[in-house]
Amino acid sequence: MKMIRSMVLVSSDPVSMERGGQSVFDTLQSEIRRFGIQDEISVTQVGDVGRHDALPAVIVYPEAIVYGPVLPENVAFLVEEHLYKGRIADNLQATKKELTGKIAWLNARKGTMPAEQRIVLQRAGIIDPTNIEDYILSEGYQAIGKALADMTPKDVMDELKNSGLRGRGGAGFPTGLKWTFVADAKGDKKYVICNADESEPGTFKDRLILEGDPHSIIEAMMIAAYAVGADEGYLYIRGEYALAQERVKIAITQAHEIGLLGEHIFGSDFSFDVHIHGGAGAYICGEETALLESIEGRRGEPRARPPYPTTSGLWGKPTLINNVETLANVPAIIRNGAEWFKGFGTPSSPGTKVYTILGNVNVTGLIEVPMGITLREVISIYAKGMKNDATFKMAQTGGSSGSIVPASLQDTPMDFDSFQKAGVALGSGALLICDDNNCVVDLAKVLQNFFRKESCSKCNPCRIGNERAFSILENISQGTGTMQDLKDLMLISENLKELSNCGLGQTAGTPVHDILTHFRAEVEAHIKLKVCPAGVCPMSGIRL
Amino acid sequence: MTMEAVFMTEIQAAVEKAILLHGESRSELIPILNDVNHALGYLPAAALEEISFRLKSPRSALFSVASFYHMLSTKPRGEHVIQFCESAPCHVVGGREVWQTLREQVGLEDGETSADGKWSLITTSCLGLCGVGPVIVIDEDAYGNVKPDQIADILAKYTD
Repeated sequence: MKMIRSMVLVSSDPVSMERGGQSVFDTLQSEIRRFGIQDEISVTQVGDVGRHDALPAVIVYPEAIVYGPVLPENVAFLVEEHLYKGRIADNLQATKKELTGKIAWLNARKGTMPAEQRIVLQRAGIIDPTNIEDYILSEGYQAIGKALADMTPKDVMDELKNSGLRGRGGAGFPTGLKWTFVADAKGDKKYVICNADESEPGTFKDRLILEGDPHSIIEAMMIAAYAVGADEGYLYIRGEYALAQERVKIAITQAHEIGLLGEHIFGSDFSFDVHIHGGAGAYICGEETALLESIEGRRGEPRARPPYPTTSGLWGKPTLINNVETLANVPAIIRNGAEWFKGFGTPSSPGTKVYTILGNVNVTGLIEVPMGITLREVISIYAKGMKNDATFKMAQTGGSSGSIVPASLQDTPMDFDSFQKAGVALGSGALLICDDNNCVVDLAKVLQNFFRKESCSKCNPCRIGNERAFSILENISQGTGTMQDLKDLMLISENLKELSNCGLGQTAGTPVHDILTHFRAEVEAHIKLKVCPAGVCPMSGIRL
Repeated sequence: MTMEAVFMTEIQAAVEKAILLHGESRSELIPILNDVNHALGYLPAAALEEISFRLKSPRSALFSVASFYHMLSTKPRGEHVIQFCESAPCHVVGGREVWQTLREQVGLEDGETSADGKWSLITTSCLGLCGVGPVIVIDEDAYGNVKPDQIADILAKYTD
């Protein structure tokens, strides 16, 4: 057996590839051969490593030194200095103060940063996602083995219910309960679907899991299928995620090759197979019934509910639909038990949450932390403060349909219940942090424009309401709004929430409602004084 | 062969390839349309007709699907398609200025294709690259942390 003394990881997300990541990888391999050390060093291409300020990034373990941005012409020097002579190539190191994601976690263990706790991202960026052996060596496929050998389907669901895991797609529905609905539904054919149509602006956690640890999702779907009595699964991956689709495809092939997918898995009576279904670009397909329509080959228009997919889903059969991040928790819960999982987070929202940190902060990227951390902690600790020392004005949590949280709420713990009590929604985990150079009218306009374009137009409140709200906001930003417009906006927001058919329309009025609640004076300045306090809106006097 | 006949052969080849890969089933419609769109750059009416015949699905149903999804186009697009992310995370970190410059430099508005057929400019919703906003995607290349003064250099890469 080869003795590996250093492991080298090279980032291969789309931005790294655009900046020459492939050539960095190729040059690394040839340089390592030139020094004759190819038996001692392993070089692996991994997905997104979280260091968005330093791409393409090269990370050398066990020292966990991050180099970046690395150009192909730097590689020879890097190999000679670090891998051959064992000295850190200081001039190529990524700036230390801008730590984030995986790197923050690695350094936490050295006592320099507050710790992240990783469950769903424990392997992303560490293992080779295109090699099933790497996954198996890091406890992979143990959970399904345990479930098939020692647990009945009911045991699996009880464990999940006890763990208190709640759906991470945004709504926070108890996962174990959803599973029992499908298990109890009548029907000989059932389906398990992983919703990987991650289109919520500002969210890319699912992409990271699929690119960096695709086998964990396949394993979780197997466990789910065993529990609810399904034998077929679909992974619905949005069309824009080409790399994620490719990685999952490889993972499925490898799992088939060693008999982890197919007939009689581990010699049991359980058989399961997974298909990939790529989307074609539609935000609405993340809504679970629209997703079903899309798999069946139609327009992604949400169905009327009830019946819920748990009783009548794909082709009318009982169907379990879970988000990628939710599923990624499942193997760890089955391996370690519900009690272990409850050790993270808050009593009502156990576990961790993956957040994407975006906007006017020093460090953007992805963190996985226990539920219940506050916005202030995220900004000061993980995001390393506001860019240019500007003042924090507001954050949008959970993507376009999320709430706009003013600075006064930045000490509210971010878990499902505390946020609900404060009248805001946690959503999918995107944290868009804005400084005082942003105008609330301008932001609301951008968000309303998003809904106006992404509405499937099936039901009237959403099709007409979003158009109308957008044109009112456009007028306010031109300095031609009236006080009546504000009453109309509130009414539209209410109607969207009460009358729309699906979650898209029901939440589309949230941002406008929130800015009128928390930032009314700033909006009124646009109307009464014809001034944009942040100096963003054009105020050119045009009225639509 | 005339130009039209050449084009028809191309269409039939693309449809044949996609159906062979995914199977002659209505539930595979979106993957089939995705592949044909990718091969031909858009979905010509003749391609939809051919797929409709093969899947035994009405043309109206196919057109309703083809016109619903952003990644499918029923109109020809330029040689290079520029997608600009107009979602909030890119917007608050300088997307507005990038969009302004981009429109000026290619001389197009949202959804337009240039007269010489070289460029198409479209806005898109979030592409999941928010950590490096503002983001532009040209064909299949993603550009992150774009600043207005870099746009001329990025576009120049596509002049051959």
